[in-house]
Amino acid sequence: MSENTDSQGTLWEIFVQKKAGQPFVHCGSLHAFDKEMALQNARDLYTRRGEGTAIWAVPASAIVASSPEDMGPFFDTTNDKVYRHPTFYQIPEGIKYI
Amino acid sequence: MNNQALFNFLLRIGDTNLILAQRLSEWTGHGPFLEEDLALTNIALDLFGTSRSVLEYAAKIEEKGRTEDDLAFLRGEREFVNPLICELPNGDYAFTIARQCIVDAFQLHFYSELVKSKDETIAGISAKAIKETKYHFRHSASWMERFGNGTEESHERLQNALNFIWAYTEDVFATDAGYNELIKTGIVPEMAAIKSAWEKSMNEVLAKSSVSKPENVFMQKGSLKGIHTEQFGYLLTEMQYMQRAFPGAKW
Repeated sequence: MSENTDSQGTLWEIFVQKKAGQPFVHCGSLHAFDKEMALQNARDLYTRRGEGTAIWAVPASAIVASSPEDMGPFFDTTNDKVYRHPTFYQIPEGIKYI
Repeated sequence: MNNQALFNFLLRIGDTNLILAQRLSEWTGHGPFLEEDLALTNIALDLFGTSRSVLEYAAKIEEKGRTEDDLAFLRGEREFVNPLICELPNGDYAFTIARQCIVDAFQLHFYSELVKSKDETIAGISAKAIKETKYHFRHSASWMERFGNGTEESHERLQNALNFIWAYTEDVFATDAGYNELIKTGIVPEMAAIKSAWEKSMNEVLAKSSVSKPENVFMQKGSLKGIHTEQFGYLLTEMQYMQRAFPGAKW
């Protein structure tokens, strides 16, 4: 568990799954002092009106994030090579969540 | 059917939720931190919701043309029949949580039986309330554990809260002749079974929280007769202020 940095507790990132089978989507962050509290607070903040059926709470410190300086080397390099993009395929009708 | 007994019972349930919700909502904007402030006031909202449904039904049963608002805002102290524990001032957060946990555990077991009521409206309200109460109990029980197993100070505060509050636990299970009539018609459950289920749940929570159950406590009673604690008048004064100052005010 990451260290508390203030009296509000640890920062947690919350991911909510709308329906079974769908991906968990990041919906925001909150403060909590332990795992159970993180889940309960997430429920109060993000799923009280039927927004989801499952919650992941992740300590923010456990997330490894790219930094703005990584923009070029990480993401730009693929843009000029069209053959890397699957844009030449037709996506059949009826395929959801793409 | 004995309408007076049913009306009195509905007032008891409505007042339990209303008065506890009023106390909890005093924490609005004063919670220990933002998320917990929201959690507690969400619980208050749930209780207000249940109270509203129950008092609405009570007004209908009474057949005197009163509304749920009349029952909430225009009754005097002696006409309220909420258990005394609901009206006890918030104290510190450990006290608020201890009070909440005791009531949550009661409501959880009570609604679980009340959902089998032969009165469809009561069964329906209970079915909705069970879901909410399960969460309330999970919330308060987990805070009991945190306080009990936290620091020396948090443990002491929780134990002190329990030592004070235990005198008000018996009153939660009080019944009268009217209630016993309703048992016979299958509208309400026997209270003895609910009490033993409540005791079991509380023993578990207290053990997990490493605090002890106060023994040989003198039990406060009187709520069913409308006898309240001194602080109750202040709560009502605040809660009913608008309707008393501006009778019939609407927005």
